[in-house]
Amino acid sequence: MTETNAPQKRSVPLWAQVTIWVVLVGLLALVGFGLNRASNPMAEIGKPVPDFDLVYFEGYEYNETKEMKLSDLQGKIVVINIWASWCKPCEQEAPDLEEAWQLYKDSDDVVFIGVDYVDTPEGAFGYLKKFGISFPNAPDLQSNISSILNRQMGVPETYLIDREGVLRQIKIGPFSSVAEIQAFIANAE
Amino acid sequence: MRTKKLLITNTWFLAIALVLVLTGLFYQTASAQDTAPTDDEVNAIAKQLFCPVCENTPLDVCPTEACRQWRELIRQMLAEGKTEQEIKDYFVANYGARVLSEPPRTGFNWLVYLVPPVLILAGAFALFNAFKEWTKPKSAEAGSGQGEEAGSSSDEDDYIQRLEEELKNRK
Repeated sequence: MTETNAPQKRSVPLWAQVTIWVVLVGLLALVGFGLNRASNPMAEIGKPVPDFDLVYFEGYEYNETKEMKLSDLQGKIVVINIWASWCKPCEQEAPDLEEAWQLYKDSDDVVFIGVDYVDTPEGAFGYLKKFGISFPNAPDLQSNISSILNRQMGVPETYLIDREGVLRQIKIGPFSSVAEIQAFIANAE
Repeated sequence: MRTKKLLITNTWFLAIALVLVLTGLFYQTASAQDTAPTDDEVNAIAKQLFCPVCENTPLDVCPTEACRQWRELIRQMLAEGKTEQEIKDYFVANYGARVLSEPPRTGFNWLVYLVPPVLILAGAFALFNAFKEWTKPKSAEAGSGQGEEAGSSSDEDDYIQRLEEELKNRK
């Protein structure tokens, strides 16, 4: 009785249903493919760091080499410090980093590399000059390096890579002394 | 007499040279000031860019020191004769495409421009069909279901009649 009184539902034609599903699945596939292509490989502690390019600031090259890859430094302990001129905690550790670099630079076993994260040229060079930084420094072009290193919180952050190119430790925030930097580097031995 | 004439000539020569040099310097300064990019010209480009640090803030209204330096960089590049596109390319090369207020019309970014109009068109088509369906059954029922409707109205009349009788009986 009730069945006969109920209004008859008109179903969406099959061709329309198929078209809608094809379009939706196609869009999802496109978005997924795009996201997959855009995502960088990321570093993890205990695993080799994916390779990336370094294009040094003029006057802050490594052994007078303007461009190089991280893999070119295999066999050395690499300390990568991410900083920015607008970052106040970075200023706190800058003199200590330079002092520590002076202790290691002649050994040619440990390399310090500063990576300037999202900065202006004026700000970057002003900062390097202000703190008398002499170790190699490069801009983080398109935030590619910090993205590969899987930057955790912000700046400063420091990454320790051992002689085999494996990420050993991450320091989030500024170092408070030269001794702390030395202890950090000792973890790569 | 001849020496005096020579001295006067030299003095005149020096005076003219000095005037020429000063005029040249003045013209150079004045023309440099004339070609210096205005704040409006700088902001016209800055508003198409976003602050790379403080996300979601257009560069022309961003109050931080870093943004001021970026605006000065735009001014400097304009003064060097760089075009709007060259300046935007520089920012993209350094800070990534995320600094652009509009995604570049390349690769997968086309989805941003194509998907919304396609969805709007699909929605409009679906609505059009739905309206058509909502109006169609009424006219169809009006033609085919007359007996049914008559039946239901007579049922209703009986009910009303009974209700009125009951009310009368109560009175």
